[in-house]
Amino acid sequence: MPEVLKAPLAVEFPFTRSLSPVQSAFLTGLRERVILGVRTRDGRTLVPPVEYDPVTAEEIGELVHVGVTGTVTTWAWNHAPRRGQPLDTPFAWVLVKLDHADTALLHALDAPGPDAVRTGMRVRVRWAEERTGAITDIACFEPYDGRDSEVTVNAGEFEDPVHGIVAQARLDYTYSPGRAQTAYINALAERRAVGERCPSCRKVYVPPRGACPTCGVATAEQVEVGPSGTVTTFCIVNIKAKNLDIEVPYVYAHIALDGADLALHGRIGGIPYDQVRMGLRVEPVWTEGGGYPDHYRPTGEPDAEYDTYKELL
Amino acid sequence: MSKEPVAVVGIGQTKHVAARRDVSIAGLVREAAVRALEDAELAWADIDAVVIGKAPDFFEGVMMPELYLADALGAVGKPMLRVHTAGSVGGSTALVAANLVAARVHATVLTLAFEKQSESNAMWGLSLPIPFQQPLLAGAGGFFAPHVRAYMRRTGAPDTVGSLVAYKDRRNALKNPYAHLHEHDITLEKVQASPMLWDPIRYSETCPSSDGACAMVLTDRAGAARAPRPPAWMLGGAMRSEPTLFAGKDAVSPQAGKDCAADVYRQAGIADPRRDIDAVEMYVPFSWYEPMWLENLGFADEGEGWKLTEAGVTELDGDLPVNMSGGVLSTNPIGASGMIRFAEAALQARGQAGEHQVDGARKVLGHAYGGGSQFFSMWLVGSEPPDG
Amino acid sequence: MTRDIAVVAFAQCDTRRSTEELSEVEMLMPVLHDVLAQTGLKTADIGFTCSGSCDYLAGRAFSFTLALDGVGAWPPISESHVETDGAWALYEAWTKLLSGDADTALVYSYGKSSPGSLRDVLTRQLDPYYVAPLWPDSVALAALQAQALIDAGDTDERELAAIGARSRATDNPRAQLKGPVPQGDYLVRPLRTGDCPPIGDGAAAVVLAAGERARELCERPAWIRGIDHRIEAHSLGVRDLTDSPSTRLAAERAGAFERPVDTAELHAPFTSQEVVLRKALRLDDATRINPSGGALAANPMMAAGLARIGEAAARIHRGESDRALAHATSGPCLQQNLVAVLEGDPR
Repeated sequence: MPEVLKAPLAVEFPFTRSLSPVQSAFLTGLRERVILGVRTRDGRTLVPPVEYDPVTAEEIGELVHVGVTGTVTTWAWNHAPRRGQPLDTPFAWVLVKLDHADTALLHALDAPGPDAVRTGMRVRVRWAEERTGAITDIACFEPYDGRDSEVTVNAGEFEDPVHGIVAQARLDYTYSPGRAQTAYINALAERRAVGERCPSCRKVYVPPRGACPTCGVATAEQVEVGPSGTVTTFCIVNIKAKNLDIEVPYVYAHIALDGADLALHGRIGGIPYDQVRMGLRVEPVWTEGGGYPDHYRPTGEPDAEYDTYKELL
Repeated sequence: MSKEPVAVVGIGQTKHVAARRDVSIAGLVREAAVRALEDAELAWADIDAVVIGKAPDFFEGVMMPELYLADALGAVGKPMLRVHTAGSVGGSTALVAANLVAARVHATVLTLAFEKQSESNAMWGLSLPIPFQQPLLAGAGGFFAPHVRAYMRRTGAPDTVGSLVAYKDRRNALKNPYAHLHEHDITLEKVQASPMLWDPIRYSETCPSSDGACAMVLTDRAGAARAPRPPAWMLGGAMRSEPTLFAGKDAVSPQAGKDCAADVYRQAGIADPRRDIDAVEMYVPFSWYEPMWLENLGFADEGEGWKLTEAGVTELDGDLPVNMSGGVLSTNPIGASGMIRFAEAALQARGQAGEHQVDGARKVLGHAYGGGSQFFSMWLVGSEPPDG
Repeated sequence: MTRDIAVVAFAQCDTRRSTEELSEVEMLMPVLHDVLAQTGLKTADIGFTCSGSCDYLAGRAFSFTLALDGVGAWPPISESHVETDGAWALYEAWTKLLSGDADTALVYSYGKSSPGSLRDVLTRQLDPYYVAPLWPDSVALAALQAQALIDAGDTDERELAAIGARSRATDNPRAQLKGPVPQGDYLVRPLRTGDCPPIGDGAAAVVLAAGERARELCERPAWIRGIDHRIEAHSLGVRDLTDSPSTRLAAERAGAFERPVDTAELHAPFTSQEVVLRKALRLDDATRINPSGGALAANPMMAAGLARIGEAAARIHRGESDRALAHATSGPCLQQNLVAVLEGDPR
């Protein structure tokens, strides 16, 4: 079996999350080193405060202060912190019921070891040095043996409240394209277009995707197609794409390689953009190090008749 | 024993905008859901189950967001089902919900679809980089524009038709308070003068990127009898899928679309859609898809769809109004767009569409599609319950 | 409307730590062929098709659109997809048969966890404002639940280890872990390696059929006597983690408590979650739990729940069970649960 093709794939985006008034108040409060809960109609105090009562589904919004000290309701010792977690040294995950709250908040507890942690222990918030209005403004909890918090101030009014957070999220994957596409990519490296024929309907798929999509069976018989082909249809791109270094305008075309039963996509060059037409005969142009043709250019042959490619549109 | 008739008794949607900065994701869906409940004069406790749909989770960066949204949608202690069928998802979601009523599993179901595209960037979500593969060469419209050219070649349609659709839909949107784009100073000349982004598609012929949600309350005969306002009745509904890309695919008029429509018409007893259907809300993300779908859905013979558009038949006061709400061209929270089509069809059948109401609309088609023109979902709703 | 609907065939592939040499459709397709071959049906004979998968696992948007290639959806088919475990795809298909829209259904699901870091990927399911930014991984959340159970006196580490050992003593040839596996060190205390599911890639498929059609296709159909699913509040801090009221309610609605079941296939990825489920489902030692090994022996994401229904049905097909319960879960710490009750005709 040939070596499996693999490459890293990072899925990363800074998501911009707008906040409801309740969330805004809670996160702004964290920035100001106070913790807010929300009161339900039946008098429970939910921390962290949510917009809708999980029991009754009612919209709720009456904010109240709760303590910055509380009690661990359950815990789990994490000896190997992972990327993005609140502490980079071993810590306990904890659910903490803050004083004056009726529900528990999930966060980290900085403790010397698992023997120093137990359900029912008292903890208090350790604030982050730099706070922006995010759940990470609580750096973590820490063990605490003092008195309960006293809560006196009124809730929910802050200057310059936060209205949004930016949630940077990155996940790392290893992409592998599978058997059929690996064979296709390997052939492209030799500047050959190799498709696969369906054993049932005999159609040739380029690129092959491992299955004949109409018959639902594996394709395996390899068939070299092209190198020339016919432009079946196209558009003229006048808007520059962010990730592409191609001067506009250019032509983006569907190209049916000779011997293939459906078109693939490519850019047309070597001809003014406004002279590209359906039926134009083209061939690939390779550049050093490219994994696929850089573009396709006219072969100089007469155009293909519409009837010869209209089934490939 | 036959199926339970399904009635739409509540419809709610958000005012669609480019970015809803004043609500969380939960707040966005909640707003549509509350409006649907208020329309039906029902409370959360009256809802037996929730069926929710949206397009890829990468759009908001929340994996399976229904888990987090259970509380906001009053689903705690109830069944909650998440549907994802690409761009057709809003329609498919409504059909899955409708089937719960039709099968008499539940009496009253809340169905909802949403997208909060401002949390990320739709193009990023739609085209995550894939190693070894040629980067997408043309952006969103580039995917569709070659098919539009193929349609023009096949039918000989003049290149003016696309602008007519955009001009009509944007004017219709002015009559719909929930539409995203409200271009009060629109003129046909402005549409025609708009830059050609992906020739043959102009900027003015493309859809916006929206934050929005749409919800419906579906119920059985008994529920409809209690409804405070006239219901819309589901007369037929179907989904059809074909592969993404395959040898012999007709991207201009996909077989799955034809089959889906035929199934709906059979269920609803529609012999001649052009004669028997009063108005259509169809999924038109780029203006040329109106004439293409008119043919695919059987409202025009092959090659003749553009003539209906050109003759003004699809105008709000035409013989077969299309996209009275302003359509996807005026509002596009991707995951919700299909359900908005379904809901707008129901609003018309109920006579509740306000300024964009078609007089006497009794049978209205809602249409959604997605993927590489491969997933279709449709329903036909009417002002009278189905026979039998 | 009453219509008897049964699982008439079940297939799955070996669950493996990595299937990097195969694309998703290449992994899935043999399973589809297997399940159809068991019934003699072709794609064109199937009335409705429904699948379950999740884009986040492999980091690819619209992954299900390419998986559809393995079905051979031509001429076009009536088809839908859920972005969750395939057990919910089965539920959707069941309603299609119940309404009379179809007489047969193909249900499949698949998941490739190997391309990503599953523990981190699953953090993206959590409240995006208050929880996801802390990246609490799936094992950590299950460990919080396990500690709550230990504190409540519902279990201890020895019992948890015994659950893991019993699960992996399975003779299921498709399982990823078979035979004794060291209980190992703490992954996140109190959960040890042996308390956690193996991470793997896999796929599962079933065929459903209604009434007489089911009898034609299967010698001893596994009749779905009831099926229901329920969801709980999202935030762990508002839930009683030692209980699963949603499982109990779903079981009640599915008729699970009307008569004892002889077999239960529980989708409990962590040993501690089996403790919660047994309590919620009132299962005692008279019921055989997870003869397939359950998720502790093989946990292909998005397919493991559907496989529980398939495994329970297969035992009925083989005459090894007369009344079985199957359970599937989704979300952190058993937030969402589905229960199905399956029965074979009297022998």
